[in-house]
Order: sequence, then structure tokens, then C-alpha cells
Amino acid sequence: MIGLYRRLLYLFPSSFRMEYGDEMCDLFAERSAGARGLARLGLFLGAVADVVTSAAAAHWDVLIQDLRYTVRSLNRARGFAIAAVAVIAIGVGANTAAFSVADFVLLRALPFPEPHALIRLCWGPRSGGGWGCMNQLSPANYRDYKAMTPSFQTLGAFTGIGVNLVEGGGDPQRLSGATVTGEVLPLLGVAPVLGRVFDSANGGGGDVGTVVLSYGLWQSQFGGDRNVLGRSVTLNGAPYQVIGVMPPGFYFPSRETQLWTHLVLREEAYADRDDNYLEAVGRLKPGVTMSQARADLNVVAERLARDYPATNGDAGFSFFAMRDNMSPRYRLMLLGLCGATLCILLLTCANLANLLLARAGARERELAVRAALGAGRERLVRQIVTESMILALAGGVPGVALAAAAVPLLALLVPDTLPVASQPSLDLRVLAFALAITTLTGLGFGLLPALRVGASGTGLSAVREGVGGAGGGQKQRLRSVLVAVEVAMSVVLLITSGLLIRAVWRIQSVDPGFVRERVIALKTVLPRPKYDMTQRRLQFYNRVLTDTRALPGVQSAAYITGLPMVMIGRITGVVIPGREVSTRFRDEVASIRFVTPQYFRTMGIPLLRGRDIEDGDIQGRVPVAVVSESFGREFWPNEDPIGRTFESRGGPRTVVGIVGDVKVRGLERDNEPQMYAAAGQVPDTAFINDDPKDLVIRYTASLGALLPAVRATVRAADPEQPISDVRTMDDVVAGETATRRAQLRVLGALAVIAVLLSSVGIYGLLAFTVAQRSREIGVRLALGAEPAGVARMIVSQGMKLALVGVVPGVLVAYAAARGMRALLFGVAPADPATIFVAVALVCVMTLAGSLVPVLRAVRVNPMLALRAE
Amino acid sequence: MKPTADSADVTVLLPLPPATFHILLALAADDRHGYGIIQDVEARTGGALRLSPGTLYRTIQRLLEQGLIVEPKRRADPSDDPRRRYYRITPFGTAAARAETRRLTQLVRIARGVGFLTPEPT
Repeated sequence: MIGLYRRLLYLFPSSFRMEYGDEMCDLFAERSAGARGLARLGLFLGAVADVVTSAAAAHWDVLIQDLRYTVRSLNRARGFAIAAVAVIAIGVGANTAAFSVADFVLLRALPFPEPHALIRLCWGPRSGGGWGCMNQLSPANYRDYKAMTPSFQTLGAFTGIGVNLVEGGGDPQRLSGATVTGEVLPLLGVAPVLGRVFDSANGGGGDVGTVVLSYGLWQSQFGGDRNVLGRSVTLNGAPYQVIGVMPPGFYFPSRETQLWTHLVLREEAYADRDDNYLEAVGRLKPGVTMSQARADLNVVAERLARDYPATNGDAGFSFFAMRDNMSPRYRLMLLGLCGATLCILLLTCANLANLLLARAGARERELAVRAALGAGRERLVRQIVTESMILALAGGVPGVALAAAAVPLLALLVPDTLPVASQPSLDLRVLAFALAITTLTGLGFGLLPALRVGASGTGLSAVREGVGGAGGGQKQRLRSVLVAVEVAMSVVLLITSGLLIRAVWRIQSVDPGFVRERVIALKTVLPRPKYDMTQRRLQFYNRVLTDTRALPGVQSAAYITGLPMVMIGRITGVVIPGREVSTRFRDEVASIRFVTPQYFRTMGIPLLRGRDIEDGDIQGRVPVAVVSESFGREFWPNEDPIGRTFESRGGPRTVVGIVGDVKVRGLERDNEPQMYAAAGQVPDTAFINDDPKDLVIRYTASLGALLPAVRATVRAADPEQPISDVRTMDDVVAGETATRRAQLRVLGALAVIAVLLSSVGIYGLLAFTVAQRSREIGVRLALGAEPAGVARMIVSQGMKLALVGVVPGVLVAYAAARGMRALLFGVAPADPATIFVAVALVCVMTLAGSLVPVLRAVRVNPMLALRAE
Repeated sequence: MKPTADSADVTVLLPLPPATFHILLALAADDRHGYGIIQDVEARTGGALRLSPGTLYRTIQRLLEQGLIVEPKRRADPSDDPRRRYYRITPFGTAAARAETRRLTQLVRIARGVGFLTPEPT
């Protein structure tokens, strides 16, 4: 039992145990000598309780003592304390911010009940390539997949809609919404805060003409009025009744969606298997995995391909967890960011460990005195770790504040395809991470110096020699290694951000195919059924265009189906008469847009040959098309496309002009050839997505004066017509690299911090060396050494340090760059120019760091240095 | 540097925790080792207070640090087990115990003034 008791005493701080352990054991032995059986057990249990409580109290006493000591000693070294706290705040802040965004985008469960079972289903290429929803489903295909796939508990369909909302006497508003089948909202599992969602009973026919509002819309448009239920609003000219309001934080299918209407698929909707406008969302049955479901879907796809070869012959599906609906680029960007912040954390720890080692050198005597006075090694280590933990915590608090301030800057790294808020909030999970990172930092930079000090064991010699005498070569070597780590980390950050900067430059120098300057675009989506007929829409366009072109400072104006880089879809199959039939999933596809005259002139797209779309190109005349250069090359290689005919959506068209290619899908992506048909020849039956709705204006005036005038012309043409999405083409093109630039700003800032910290590290080490070697330097100078030679000696020591760090740094950077090749837009991971610039910067940084130590060295007065001997 | 037996220093220690006061009382007349202190306190309080080893040595550590007691270099009884550690009250410790006694006496006087101190029924 005594043995057990002795082991129990390990709960005490070791200093206490050493001092009183034997006594306590004796005492316990004396007491328990006579006890037997139950009494003995009771005695032991009592002892356990006593040891546990007094051990906790003893630890507390030590902690309080150490805290007092820490506060006193930091108070004496305020400069050090402030520097350390600032550096920790940066390390913790950067890591917390990066973690909160990465966790939010990549790890955290979506805000729905049992989110892991939520899946999305779309149509797609047979190969199953690409990410997200590749192609939409037709109602017929949706119905078959739903009926024939056993893996789904429920499956619902939806499609995005744009609506013009008129409510009360207010201005008309353009809103994004979704029309959803009855299954969708219930399967997501989020209950409305007010009212109800659509009722899927009896085919849902009862809820046609009803609308569910998002919380945001309810607040902004209806002032959070609880009597909103039953209220009538006008959507696209038709009356709708409000039946429910969803809670805040509910987003589906994306953040932009502000209202939901009920999608009812009537029998006639299933007639055309090629009328694709639906996306499906569903829940897997409990226990069914993604791969099982995928296998089930494959069977269905095979069967549909057999049954409907014309439409489904070479079609597959895209099937993915709702969690994964984002471009893989975001994952890479966020991982890169996390890697960069980890570099900074490592660098921070190395930097602080170095500062602490330097301090420990200066405090060697004090520590040795304490050790001589009876403070055990464990007490000293504990004291130093307490000090570093205090510093870490003191830096962690402003670090979290820094993270809170930095997170909005990273909001662009949250993909808008995920049904989550625009940016993460700093919640308990993030705070727990911050605490963990802070503790890790405290241990990381505290433990190393503490162990070195504890192990030095040169207590007496230190007391005798005083400051400066102690600190052997081993400590110096450790400090050099730490500085080399700092240099390596800054090289990694410099090279990777350098490569990403080059990638952005390269993307920005890509010619979009149009002249981005001085073009403003705005959207007027003409609602159906008010504007059902093409003729009716033409009247509106002509009225607006004529008035706009007459405005002072307007050079030209036109309407188009969708802006390049903004509307990247509307891809259509192209059939050349006399050639084999092709379908949408083969190569012979093109993007289709309907435009009014003057579109090319307005956008600055060169008309290479032939003619523009003209006012006379209306229904009843020969359907015409202007095609891009690559369209001609693709379909009529070595032939003149003008005058040729091809078939695509809505029948045959004759090529009348050739224009330059435009980066429709954005600067970074491959683009389909483009085809422009006449706005006046849109079939009356065409899907609303084909309607021209973007008004583009090339202007010379100031925008401030122009915009109100343009708004007035739209109002004059139709007072109920809302205007939305006003933007310049400059902004559109700049938006192409916005996400990358957001990431780069952070990476660049981290690289700058890294360089600054490393140069401080180099400075610290060299200054220490110069102080230590001042005697030797004095002798050298006295013996006639040139000051230049002494300077060279110090600088070369710094350069050696830098080189030791540069080599592993470049290697790590190369590995990292290979990992993020997909982000580099063709820039080589071992791009020599970038590596050269990064290494040159490190050399400059080393020189800057050695400047002051060098000056100090050459100013060493030989007489004074020798006299100190 | 140990504090001197100065009443100004002593007052910051008041009131003394009961365990501290009892240990000082136990050491008032003789140097004692840990087990001796426990036995003395137990006897003095008629078995009402039995110090646990943890409390005892934690308090002893604090008393040593505060300079209220010391470990004497020479033993009162050289024949005793040499491993046993003895403790002796310092003048500062005596001053602290006296100050605590004065404090308690004053408290008792006040209590008597309001009639809380009735003769115990016999």
C-alpha cells in the first residue's frame, strides 16, 4: 500500500515531492500500521482524496508563484514582451482566420439535419468528368431516375428563376429565386419560421401561385411583419400568395436565392426528353453510400441510353454530395492558404524560441543563481514554460481579434455554389482551434529554450563568470538552425506567392476578345407572360436602344442574351447539313447568344468580314448568324464560312459575318466557338434564357450622369420594368481574378511578415555573435585587420545562414508548387525567374539584417575590448 | 531575505488559516516533526482536528517560505531518527500567532458585548 501511496505522490509538483515525499510516506505508514480490512481501505481512500486536493492546491501555489515571477520579469523586459506578443498575435491570427474559412468550406457539415445524406443529381457526360452540375435534367429523365433508382429516400427537382417582384406601390425589384417541387424543402429538413412550405399531397396542385420567402427578403422587403402570411405579391406580373418564411441561415440552392415558388410538373412537361432545365436534390436511404448510389444510377443510365438512344445515347449523369458542389480550385486555394499560415506559425515559433534563447543567455546568471538557491531543474523548466504560455495567451487574444478582422477579407474564398453563409462566424469551434494553436505556439517556442537551459547544468560556472561568459557553441548552433528554419519558411512563402502572382499576371494579360474599358452593362429581364412574343420584346429593345443611343456621351448600345464571363452557359449542338448528326456531348458545340445590332461595335469585338446583325433581321426573313473565327475554323476548315448554313437550336441559320473570338467562359477556361443570332429572330416559343436581357453601352460621358438617364429611358419604355446587375465590363473582367487576388493579398502579406521576421532573426543572431566576439574582433583590428575584412566576416556568416535556409526552402517551395499546379495557369513550378527573385530578396533581407551588427563590429574599439579582458 | 518580527509585516498574514494557527500552536513550546504536529493538534483539540498529510506539508511549505517556521540545524533530541525533519517557530512566527490571538480575542470581546457568549449550560 505504501508503494501505491508513493506513486500517488507523483501528482504533486516534483519539487514538493522531493522535499516532503519521504516524510509523507513515513507518516502514512505510521498511521496505517494498525489498520486492517475496511479501516485500511477507508484510510487509503481518505489519503487519495487528501493527495488529490492538496496536490491541486500545491500546483496552484506554484502557478501563482510563477505567474508573479513572469509578470515581474516581463515587466522588466517590456520590449521583448511586446515584440513576442505581436509576433504571436500574427501567427495565431493568420492560422485562426485560415482555419475558420477552410473548416467552413471544406470540413464543416452543411447547416441541414443529417447533411451527409444530401446529394445532387444532374445530367452530364458519360465520362462523369467535371465538377458540380454539368448539364440539367429534363423532367422526363428526372422522373425516370427518381422512379428507377432504389438508393434515394426522396428526390426532388428545382430550377433557378429570376423574378420581377412588385409589392405594394414600391419600385419593381429583380430577385433570384428557385422553383422547387414539393419534395425539396421537406427533404432538406429545415422547418419554416413562419407558416408552412409547399404541400406535395395531391400532386401539389393546391400550392400553385404560392411563394415561400427567405428570411432576408422577409426582413428587407416586408420589414419582418408577421402578418405577411396570406399577403399577395406580384411576381413576373402574376399574383402569388405568401405561405411561409424560411429561417435565417437557410440557403438553397445558393445564397442568392431569396424566394421559392412551387414547381408542378404537368403531364405535358414530360413530353420532350431533351428539354433540360431541372436539377435534382435528394437524400440517400440510411446506410446507402455514395458509391452504391452511383452504381444504381449507372444501371439506370444504361437502361435510358438503350431505351432513348437519340437523346440519352451518350449521356450520363453528374452525381455528387451536396457538400462537394464547388470548384476543386477552392480546395486547393484554401489548402495553400493553410499551408502558408502554418509556415508563418513555424516561423513565429522559431523566431520566439530564438528570442527566448537569447534572453536565456542573458538570464543565465539569474537562472543559475536560482538553481544554486535550490530551485530544481523541473522548477526552472516549468517557470520558463509558464512564461512562454503567458506570452502565448497574451498574443492569442489579439490574434483572435486579428482573425475576426481578417475573415471578411477571405470571404471571396467561400464558393457561392455552397448553400452556406457568405463567411464563417468565429464560433466555439474556431475559438477552440485558436486556443489549441496558441497552446501549441507557447509550447513550441518555450519548450526548446527551457530544455536547453534545464540541461545546461553549468550553473556554477555561470555564477562565477557572469553574463556573456556562458552559452556554449551548442546553443549558438541551435540558434543558427532556428534562423535557417525562418529563412526556409520565408523562401517557401516568397516563391509560392511569386508563382501565384505570375499566374495572375498571366491570366490578366489574356485578351478577353473585347475592349473592357468604358462599357457599362445592366440587366432588364422581361417577364413572361407579359413579354411572351418576340415582337413585343423587340418593341421594348428598340425603344430603349433608340433613346439610349440618343443620350449625350453614348457611342453605341445593344442588347445580348448574356454577358461573356457572366453567363457562361447556353451551349448548343451544331449540325452541318450533310455531315453526321452530332449531339451536345460531342465536340461540335458552340455557345449561342441572341443580339441586337451594334453589339460588336459596343463591345469592341472586331467584325472581321461580312456584316453585323441588322434591324431587318426579324422573324419571316432568312435566319442569320454572325459566328466567331474559331466557329468557322471548326466547322468549315479551309472554306469561307460566309453564306454557309448550319442547324442549331431553332432551325437553320446562314452565316453573314465573322467576328473575333471572345473568352465567354472566362480568362482561364477553354471556350467553345461562338455564334450570335438576331434578337429579332428569337422564336416566340423559345425558352426565356435565350431572351436578350443585358443592355451594354459604350460611353464617353461620366457614369454618374449617364446612369440616371439610362434608367429614365427604361422607365419610359415600361415603368414596371426593374433594372438589376449594373456593372462595368472592367469590373466583370477584374472579377475573373478576384478570388485569386484575395488569396494573394493574404499570401503576400504573410510573405512580407515572414521576410521581416527572418531579417529580425538574422539581426538578432549576428548582433549576439558580434557582442560575443568583440574581444576577438578588437584583437584583429588591433593587429591591423581591415574593417572591410571584419565586415566581410560578419556578412559571410549571415549569408551562410541564409544559404542553409534557402536550399531546403526552395525544395519545399517546389514541392508545394507542384501540389498547386492547377492554380498556376501554366507557370512552371520551378519557374527560374520567380526562384531567382525570391532568393535575391532573401539575400537583400540578410544584408539588411546584418547591417547594424556589421557597423557595430567595425566600430569595436580595440583598446576598450582588450581592457575588458 | 526573511521578514523581521515586525507587527506591520504580520498584519498582512491575518487572519491565519486554522491549520496554520494550529501548527504554530503545536510548535509554540517544542520543535516537532510532522507526525508530532499532527498528534499534538489532535490531542489539543480533543480529536476534533486531524490534519491530513497533504494539508500539513503544504502548510509547512508555505510557513517555511513565509519565514514563520524554520528547520533547525541542531536537534533537540539527537537520538531521534535522523531522517525525520523537525520544525521550529521563528520570532516572526510567534509574532504572527500572537497577532492572530489578539484578533480572535477582540472578536470574542465584541461577541460577548452583543450577548453571543452565554455561559455554557452545565
